[in-house]
Amino acid sequence: MLWMKINKPLRGKQRQVEVSKASHNNFTVKFANVNGTGSSSANGLFMKSIFRMGIPVVGKNYFPSNIQGLPTWYEVRASEAGYLAPSGGVDIMVAMNAETYLQDLAAVDAGGYLLYDSTWPRETLMSRDDITVLGVPFARMCNEKFDSARARTLMKNTAYVGSLAALLNMEMSVIEQLLLDIFGSKTNLIDANKMALQMGHDYATSNFDCPLPFETKPMSKTEGYIMIDGNATAALGCLYAGATVGAWYPITPSTSLMDSFKSYCDKFRKDKETGKNNYAIIQAEDELAAIGMTLGAGWNGCRSFTPTSGPGISLMNEFLGFGYYAEIPAVVFDVQRTGPSTGMPTRTQQGDILACAYASHGDTRHVCLYPSNPEEVFHFTIQAFDLADQLQTPVILLSDLDIGMNDWMIKDLQWDKKYQPNKGKVLTADELEEVENFYRYLDKDGDGIPYRTIPGSHPKGSYFTRGSGHNKLGSYTEDAQEYQDLVDRLLVKWETAKNLLPRPIIDFSDSNDYAIVSIGSCDDAIREARDAFSNKGLAFNYLRITAFPFVKEVEEFIQAHQKNFVIEQNRDGQLLKLLSMETAIQREKLESIRMYDGIPIFSKNLVKEISNRLEAVETA
Amino acid sequence: MSYIKKPKILRDNAKRNELGMTYNDYEGSMSTLCAGCGHDSITGAIIETVFDLNIPPHRMIKLSGIGCSSKTPAYFASQSHGFNSVHGRMPSVATGAQSANSQMYYIGVSGDGDTLSIGIGQFAHAIRRNLNMLYIIENNGVYGLTKGQFSASADIGSTAKKGEPNLQTPIDPCQVAISMGATFVARSFSGDREQLVPLLKTGLMHRGFALVDVISPCVTFNDHLGSTKSYIHTREHKDTAVYTDYIHPLSEIEVNYPEGSTVQVDLHNGGKVVLSKTHSNYNPVDRSDAIRGVRESSDKGEILTGLLYIDESQADFIENENTIETPLNELAFQNLCPGSEKLAELQKSYK
Repeated sequence: MLWMKINKPLRGKQRQVEVSKASHNNFTVKFANVNGTGSSSANGLFMKSIFRMGIPVVGKNYFPSNIQGLPTWYEVRASEAGYLAPSGGVDIMVAMNAETYLQDLAAVDAGGYLLYDSTWPRETLMSRDDITVLGVPFARMCNEKFDSARARTLMKNTAYVGSLAALLNMEMSVIEQLLLDIFGSKTNLIDANKMALQMGHDYATSNFDCPLPFETKPMSKTEGYIMIDGNATAALGCLYAGATVGAWYPITPSTSLMDSFKSYCDKFRKDKETGKNNYAIIQAEDELAAIGMTLGAGWNGCRSFTPTSGPGISLMNEFLGFGYYAEIPAVVFDVQRTGPSTGMPTRTQQGDILACAYASHGDTRHVCLYPSNPEEVFHFTIQAFDLADQLQTPVILLSDLDIGMNDWMIKDLQWDKKYQPNKGKVLTADELEEVENFYRYLDKDGDGIPYRTIPGSHPKGSYFTRGSGHNKLGSYTEDAQEYQDLVDRLLVKWETAKNLLPRPIIDFSDSNDYAIVSIGSCDDAIREARDAFSNKGLAFNYLRITAFPFVKEVEEFIQAHQKNFVIEQNRDGQLLKLLSMETAIQREKLESIRMYDGIPIFSKNLVKEISNRLEAVETA
Repeated sequence: MSYIKKPKILRDNAKRNELGMTYNDYEGSMSTLCAGCGHDSITGAIIETVFDLNIPPHRMIKLSGIGCSSKTPAYFASQSHGFNSVHGRMPSVATGAQSANSQMYYIGVSGDGDTLSIGIGQFAHAIRRNLNMLYIIENNGVYGLTKGQFSASADIGSTAKKGEPNLQTPIDPCQVAISMGATFVARSFSGDREQLVPLLKTGLMHRGFALVDVISPCVTFNDHLGSTKSYIHTREHKDTAVYTDYIHPLSEIEVNYPEGSTVQVDLHNGGKVVLSKTHSNYNPVDRSDAIRGVRESSDKGEILTGLLYIDESQADFIENENTIETPLNELAFQNLCPGSEKLAELQKSYK
């Protein structure tokens, strides 16, 4: 056992750990791995075990655009208060990638720990005297226990979960039960993982002072919650809204939306008699075709959707304008990532706010929804289908990589049994039988929404759909007045849309002069930042915009404040620009705070930035 | 002028089809194309086709992209559903529409620009999916609406109106389609309705993607002496490889064909098509033969026409998708939404 002596944990100078850090169930563990080594299952195992111990937790994946070989990080934050944004710090770094050792070492907060594979001891890791370095010979232990090369690689991951379990005082029975749930009948996998888990645990127990100051203590704060990503809840929304046609072209970070929809459909959408599909999923040749298929199916009476990301939105522009002008229902998911161009495909951003609002040429504006987490994604998806049908127009739901691909803790999704899809103004065969003539683009009700028919349902229901000039009867036109009448009627519809959209989320008190205005996945960092400010006796009102066009509450809220800090995740302040263009709000009311490095925003940075701006505002 | 309504003159003795509908019932608004345009003849052939096939107009969906050809769906079957989409993207709309309802008849009308340039990607993938539709290319070798630029089907050496020759290799939609695995490929000429109508009928009844490439001269920009897509050139160089007779299900027509020179293919609708070969070495049910035949003819400067290739045995888009036959747009919501208990059950795996 010579190696054990050699690798006896080398410790840096222990520093007194701050009291605030020593509280239970508040810590961030970051895993530095090599892509393709199977680490994500182990990291997920770790996170889910904390969740099952009743402790609020969230996972953030910082991964490269690569299948194998490049560095990848996964961050798990346990938070008694249930904050779901990254903490912005690292208490324990599990450094499993020698290539990024120095970077990972630098990332650890003072008073924190770094756990590494000491099979190959590294003096370079001992350069900081304000953290503790813990070495566990994972590779050597796994090489001794397991025969195959694959198992030796994989089990190192499970072994570090075992060591963490000891360091954080986690319940081993919870982790073991989770292994059983994951691997089911694959007993050899269960046995191997259990062995690796125990191995890591034993080593830590016998070599380190366990538990660390950041230990876990079982709670009951996750009851009634699930851990799920927003692409899965979007897919569930499509399933529950009764969507039957999905067309798509694979693009990160939206791909798992269709993967999830497919797996739900396999389970719930098979015809009992024939075994055939009660749905169609079409992998298109590109996004141009994906949106064309979506519109074709929507036009033909199905609830149809296409998931994509920024580059796909760019390609869909022409068809989106067509859909707006020809008035065809469709739902488009834009799981946003950094741009421009192909950008960083695996990093998050809110960079398509303007691109989606005005997608296409000519006078087009699109209904957009901005959910802030996977729970809202589910409910907004259902609403998106209703809105698309009611308004007969493409509706774009803007999520982002953080919401779409990371595991969030959300309340159990509830389904209202009474829900029936609102298909809007569709004339049935019986209704068509009664009318003398059917004209597709006639605004009979004065709300800007005409009646439509489902092709094939009745001889009187036929009409000609075109993106070129058409008049209210549906006939081709190049007449100036007829064209203008039609596009003006679309504005009436735009106003009608405002009554149907989800309302903004508002937290308002008369006594506050300052407000935060934001959108989407910024929400959790803002909640945490507001709590931090409120601990210092500084309160901000808060408006979270959930939809475009902006409803009057948005304008009223902003007008009611001396200064509104508009927080968003893009370089150009796209939300602020959209607010300036689409409302009568004076520019001076708005102060732009933008974070756009591709990492989900966190409260520490926000608090700092808002404080600086506030100081500037108050000095001015 | 926006559009011209076509006056409907109903004669007492007008011929009626099995649905009791007259030829007039399948017409559309007045064509706004140039007088003498080949496309208008094709419109006439389409009307004859769907009239003879007794297609209920409201069960038919006609789609197009952009260009002169793509205007034509407005000129036939005004009681059918029309979808004039964006340039080169009609196949994707047809794909989505068909996934929503596979029980309708789909006719796409496109042009050589719409299909072979901006739309060649979607054209290729519609073939790949074996989308169940009749896809007509009104092929004139030229961009008409933008006044006379060469299209991708212009032959090398064929000249524009002012005399400059095309130097780029033409894309022959039939060769492309056969080599890509299309299950029905035909070529015809707008000036030969006798040949065209049976091809359109067979194509519409074929299960899968039926391409009919119709040489359709542009009288304004490409009907001069130097053009290889003119009326004169097409008439002089047209070579019929196969004569096509479409026989409707339960038809009482008995035709005797000389033995050895005909091939009969049974169609999924119960009808059949009889192909009479004029070239002894050309076999329209053999893909390699078809590719060679079309290629050799083209090398000789001829235009091979007729039903060039057919394969009725392949699964179409809907079969490959394993989609239920009942149109998806008719499924009741309760059959689509799994309900609250299932949602609760499902969420256990996320705990």
